[in-house]
Amino acid sequence: MGYFIQQLINGITLGMIYGLIAIGYTMVYGIIGMINFAHGELFMIAAFISIISFLVLGLAGIGWVPVALLIVLAATMLLTSVYGWALERVAYRPLRHSPRLAALITAIGMSIFLQNYVQLLQGARLKPLQPVISGGFQFFSDGQFTVTLSYLQIIIAVLTVALMIVFTWIINRTALGRSQRACQQDLKMASLVGVNVDRTISLTFVIGASLASVAGLMFLLLYGVIDFFIGFLAGIKAFTAAVLGGIGSVPGAMLGGLLIGLIEAFWSGYFTVEYKDVAAFSILVMVLIFRPTGLLGKPDIEKV
Amino acid sequence: MSVPAARAASGENTLLSVEHLSIRFGGLVAVDDVSFTAGDRQITAIIGPNGAGKTTVFNCLTGFYKPTMGRLTLRHPQKGEFLLERMEGFQIARKAGVARTFQNIRLFPAMSVLENLIVAQHNMLMRASGYTVLGLFGSKIYKKAEKEAVELARYWLDRIGLTDRADSNAGNLAYGAQRRLEIARAMCTRPAMLCLDEPAAGLNPRESGELTRLLISIRDEEGIGVLLIEHHMDVVMGISDHVVVLDYGRKISDGSPQAVRDDPAVIRAYLGEEEEEDLPPEVARDLGDRGA
Amino acid sequence: MADVNASTVPSLRAPLDLPSALRECGVVALVVFALAFALVGFRIQDVPGGLDIRYRFHEVVAITAVGFVGRFAWILLRQGRPFPVAVTALPFGVALLAMLLGPLYAPAAKLERLLIFGDVVVNWLLALFTLGFGGRAAWMIWHAASTITPEAREARMDRIGAAVQNASRYIGPLLLGLALALPFMPFADRRVLDIATLVLTYVMLGWGLNIVVGLAGLLDLGYVAFYAVGAYSYALLALHFDLGFWTCLPFAGIMAAFAGILLGFPVLRLRGDYLAIVTLGFGEMVRIILLNWYKFTKGPDGLSGIPRPTFFGLPMTANPSEGEQTFHQFFGLEYSSVDRIIFLYFLILALAMVTNLFTLRIRKLPVGRAWEALREDEIACRSLGINPRNTKLTAFAIGAMFGGFGGAFFATRQGFISPESFTFIESAIILAIVVLGGMGSQIGVVFAAILLIGLPEFFRELQQYRMLAFGAAMVTIMVWRPRGLLAHREPTIRLEDARPKSASAKSGGQSP
Repeated sequence: MGYFIQQLINGITLGMIYGLIAIGYTMVYGIIGMINFAHGELFMIAAFISIISFLVLGLAGIGWVPVALLIVLAATMLLTSVYGWALERVAYRPLRHSPRLAALITAIGMSIFLQNYVQLLQGARLKPLQPVISGGFQFFSDGQFTVTLSYLQIIIAVLTVALMIVFTWIINRTALGRSQRACQQDLKMASLVGVNVDRTISLTFVIGASLASVAGLMFLLLYGVIDFFIGFLAGIKAFTAAVLGGIGSVPGAMLGGLLIGLIEAFWSGYFTVEYKDVAAFSILVMVLIFRPTGLLGKPDIEKV
Repeated sequence: MSVPAARAASGENTLLSVEHLSIRFGGLVAVDDVSFTAGDRQITAIIGPNGAGKTTVFNCLTGFYKPTMGRLTLRHPQKGEFLLERMEGFQIARKAGVARTFQNIRLFPAMSVLENLIVAQHNMLMRASGYTVLGLFGSKIYKKAEKEAVELARYWLDRIGLTDRADSNAGNLAYGAQRRLEIARAMCTRPAMLCLDEPAAGLNPRESGELTRLLISIRDEEGIGVLLIEHHMDVVMGISDHVVVLDYGRKISDGSPQAVRDDPAVIRAYLGEEEEEDLPPEVARDLGDRGA
Repeated sequence: MADVNASTVPSLRAPLDLPSALRECGVVALVVFALAFALVGFRIQDVPGGLDIRYRFHEVVAITAVGFVGRFAWILLRQGRPFPVAVTALPFGVALLAMLLGPLYAPAAKLERLLIFGDVVVNWLLALFTLGFGGRAAWMIWHAASTITPEAREARMDRIGAAVQNASRYIGPLLLGLALALPFMPFADRRVLDIATLVLTYVMLGWGLNIVVGLAGLLDLGYVAFYAVGAYSYALLALHFDLGFWTCLPFAGIMAAFAGILLGFPVLRLRGDYLAIVTLGFGEMVRIILLNWYKFTKGPDGLSGIPRPTFFGLPMTANPSEGEQTFHQFFGLEYSSVDRIIFLYFLILALAMVTNLFTLRIRKLPVGRAWEALREDEIACRSLGINPRNTKLTAFAIGAMFGGFGGAFFATRQGFISPESFTFIESAIILAIVVLGGMGSQIGVVFAAILLIGLPEFFRELQQYRMLAFGAAMVTIMVWRPRGLLAHREPTIRLEDARPKSASAKSGGQSP
């Protein structure tokens, strides 16, 4: 029983990370109808910026964890957002009216470019980080297994929930959110009624990038080790989560993320670790066959 | 209250019979208990205000939607009866011989005009090529079949006046030419019934005239049934043998073009209810003239 | 880039709006700075005991400056003011070249110390970038000064275009001739043949994927899976049942085709991006299964000792086993190890040509046209009685089959295979070759393969930049030419082919 609860906690934590990345996918897909293949690389870049920030802070002597964490969080979010903005501006905006295949190839090209860019600059080897936040509660022991809820996991949960609240407020209550929802429904019409479409799309990318960047920081803290390839795998799983939850739906993305996280945790916990990625892909295929609009998505009728 | 369906002229058969067709999308009822028939060697028009459900009925007939309820029977002159509501989309074109065109033209833009017409003859050519296997080895049977296909294509190219554009990309044609090509492509499938979704949309009066002549010649020379959705009243009134009127998913009139035009229910549907008092004098006079 | 027009004439130009131009450059510089600051300014160093940071701020400053100046030059060119750009860019570019080539010709001057960036490649890029701007400016000046009217220029371009078009009919046979003659040319040593064999392998895979992506329009990002299935099928059959290459080749193709159908079924209703992601997942799944199913595939250790192909039963070795006659003994030739390489080269050339001829032929058959029609508009296809399911599955199966053949060849050439060779990057490379060459264009695939595979092989020292350049090339070419480099489609059938031309046939009947 204890083991079960532990997997549950681990799964939810991992799921939150996937969910934050998934929101970026779903928002971009909702507004311009393309999968931002390079979104996972933003997550990876954020992880690298985080580790560099920690190292720099360490060398500069700033050791107090809460302050360091805030500085790193701010730096990561800011700088990764610039990457997200530049990505859209350089690679996607010129192709907005081109066939979808061209946009997809460009996205894949950017993904390859960014992976190798980081690899060349920072080296191909794994980068470990000394644990920044350690310790936690131990509760519930059933004699065989003691369930641990680490402080880090609590922080991750709190941060995620806070971000979701802020973000939902933005979407539903602000002008930006309204513009975004308008663009999602009908891009041409939105521009005709005066919505600045370019700016709305850019902001969408920026928001998606900043959420992914938080996920990157969390990933670094949780696993303690990163390399230039983590974006690829996390990206696919996050995309699966976005599809599972219903592409275009933000709460769906988080829900999908949590489900994928749980499935991955329980699969590795009770079956095998090697095939956990196969599990994620299989879920993707099944969702797309049996319920392509996802759990919270709306069914869409083919217009002839 | 519907006018009884126009009796088919003696010697003509019923090609399509739609019985109690209903289509629901979730809570929305798009088509509500619609029944009508379309005769062989006749041009039947489905008209009605926007949103009446015309294209929905069409999409149902041609296999893009499944009806919630109802029976769609196609009586093919050579092949017998087909229940369209039970058939898979592409089978309706392949087996039952129902061909269609689309409201927003759907040609194969990167392929040439001739290729568009050859693709329409896919099933015949597939059989002749031994499902590709024989064709790969240069079978004479396939070569002959391909020649025949080109001849049929050439015939239709001549009919629609695009023979000199045969090798241009379909996407480069003018709008009117594209519409005619789509009709020719549908005819190359040798259908028993041709369904046209707003074929005159976007055509100027001269092109509309050419279209009506084409459709009449198709009815008379090819001897098939034509079903069309249209908003251009001159086209409808000019060539239809039989008109069905839909409004809010229901059939409100059914009969000859004359009868339908004078039907007060139809006038109400297009122009609205109490507004008769507020109509400008010229329009009211016009309506008065027609009613007389 | 800026269009050449009357605005290069000083009197007709709008005055340069310096504040807004500077503002624009400032924004660009700021963005470049933000991007470069974190990842270029700080470099993680692996040191014993953990990580350290190295600072490269001068590079950040340099890149920012390049961004600022570059944007300014771009604005100038866009506004038709090429002179300042030409006057500064060309000397600067030449100076950079001097610094880069200096060590080769005048080592004593130690010019390379003046270079800003630590990395040779980045410096070369800067030089090319500068010369590019300068060249473009010079071209604009030359154009403005020329006395040819725009119409004459247009006509000249058209004639050139038509001449190229006519010549392109001969390019195919010409390339084939060159390919056949290659092994016998004086410069064709083992290394050249190896590169050529590699390029041909990718050409064949590109042609195979072209059936799925180019003809049928099905975005397959997991093509490497079929390559892997073919390779492993051949390897396992050959190792366990002691069968030869030629016997196993059809089986490899069939197994791969089967995998293609397996992939095709679940994705029938998917379009575009969704299809791409799922096929990517499929490719990854195959790789993970190969990696972990140790009992069957020996996992990461891979399968070795895969037998080499024989020349219709005659092995190509120096020392035959009991009772066997080698190829060389049969033909009375002196044994030379390079002969096997030549044989493998011709083998892949033959396989590739079979793929090509098959594609050319099937485009004229109904199923090939149905693929293209499906790519254009699936709904219209359904309305013509074409079965989309069967058509898609056939495309997947046949495309996969050729991938399988390619995989079998790969296995037999290497003698050893492991899951490492079958990563997603391979799928991406093959897809890039198809798309960059121009979807559906057979010749385009050849050029793209030569460019993307062959060229980097010659610049072995730049191996680490290969993937980076790859990604950059994909983005650049797509933004510049979304349809691919050589996208042009010839109709598969023309009206005159069916009947000899006669006056009446060309009159074009009137509609009734």
